[in-house]
Amino acid sequence: MTNDQIKHAVLQIIAVIAPDEDLSHVKSDVALRDQLELDSMDFLDIVMELRKRYGVEVPEGDYGQLASLDSCVIYLAPKLKDK
Amino acid sequence: MMDKHRRIVITGIGLTAPNGNTLDAFRASLLKGVSGVVPFETRYMGKVLAGVCTYDPLKYQMKKEVRRGTRAGSIAIYCSREAMADSKLDFVSFDKSRVGVYLGITEHGNVETENEIYNISQFNYDTKFWSHHHNPRTVANSSAGEVTLNMGITGPHYTIGAACAAGNAGVIQGAQMLLLGEVDIALAGGVSESIHTFGIFASFASQGALASHPDPAKASRPFDRDRNGIVCSEGGCVYVLERLDHAEARGAQIYGEIIGYHINSDATDFVLPNAERHIECMRTALKKAGLGPQDIDVVSTHATATPLGDIQECIALRTVFADCLNTHFNNTKSFIGHAMGAAGALELAGNLPSFDDGLIHHTINVDHLDPDCALDNLVLHEPRRVRHVTYVLNNSSGMLGINSVVVVKRV
Repeated sequence: MTNDQIKHAVLQIIAVIAPDEDLSHVKSDVALRDQLELDSMDFLDIVMELRKRYGVEVPEGDYGQLASLDSCVIYLAPKLKDK
Repeated sequence: MMDKHRRIVITGIGLTAPNGNTLDAFRASLLKGVSGVVPFETRYMGKVLAGVCTYDPLKYQMKKEVRRGTRAGSIAIYCSREAMADSKLDFVSFDKSRVGVYLGITEHGNVETENEIYNISQFNYDTKFWSHHHNPRTVANSSAGEVTLNMGITGPHYTIGAACAAGNAGVIQGAQMLLLGEVDIALAGGVSESIHTFGIFASFASQGALASHPDPAKASRPFDRDRNGIVCSEGGCVYVLERLDHAEARGAQIYGEIIGYHINSDATDFVLPNAERHIECMRTALKKAGLGPQDIDVVSTHATATPLGDIQECIALRTVFADCLNTHFNNTKSFIGHAMGAAGALELAGNLPSFDDGLIHHTINVDHLDPDCALDNLVLHEPRRVRHVTYVLNNSSGMLGINSVVVVKRV
């Protein structure tokens, strides 16, 4: 997956988890929780959806790597390079 | 006259039934003979017959709240919000720590557990795909807790597991907590999401107690000779209850006063009802109300259209109400099926407008009355107008042998 595809994949997951949110103006370099109503249960949902959709495992110690779209790309790119 | 601080009244009603999402719509459907039973797709079994509600969850919930919570919670929120609005209580400025939520449920967790098992079946039963939402969705206080989260209520909340006697049990619990002074407002009633698990249908089918009929609207037929079982339904009904002095002080509308109630146990069988204990339950509720059976104008029966269950209830009714010339009987499940944890609360609500309009809604689908279910003044085929309705007795019972009765008086 390209970086843009990864961002799109994460946003698609968030669209399901946070269906009331307008995702059209999400900034890549700003923490998702600073822009959207997301709590710890939502982040667990993101981790679960990455596991279900792409077979990607995110250990608990790495949850912080999913803070923003940019950090998601940096963290997920190696894991999704063949997807 | 009893102290007004010791009298409990109904000042708001919120409901969703398969044939109406407000009391007015529900009552109109009952008077017009409108059923809410439709074909319903269920996992593994294909089409079954069920009573399905059409309320708008997004009227009071965000999409995320609906996704994270349960159907029972969503129904409970809708009904509680509707009831609170109907009561015209100034809820915004009301002390939320003095509000309690008491909801009867037949069961909870089957829907959510079945969904998760199906979910992990798509991943070779690897439990790492089991949702972290499972526990908060399946704790037994779930539906009542969702109401407190949605409405910002900080008083007590819990559900009352009482099989199909649960709707009445929720109302009774609310009344008792008001009498104890634990709360000033009780949101009390019952909810059911049971149609969203195949298990409830499959279990009734295995028991030989699941209704079938070519015409869904005719499938639920209590007291009919050809009845062949239960139509499962979802639904909810929540009452705003408060003490009479509290209600009068704020000029609240009053639907009726809860003047008697009782819950007892058969202690005889897991499934089959026991007429003797049912008789005791009704008589004790009447005694608590200070009434004789001849005072009751309307008995809202529990009958679910099982061959044996209907007969047992009718034996009990004929015994308690022998020679009561002005007591009428009807059945709401003939319209909407069996709304499980919501049934008792919904069935009571559908009869309360009789206090004002003098009409007793009828029982549909009795084409050939079973002689063993014959009752004097069983209202069939069309509503019956009477001179006045002052007392309604609401009957419910459930598996493991639990009976619940609520008596409501016109105020």
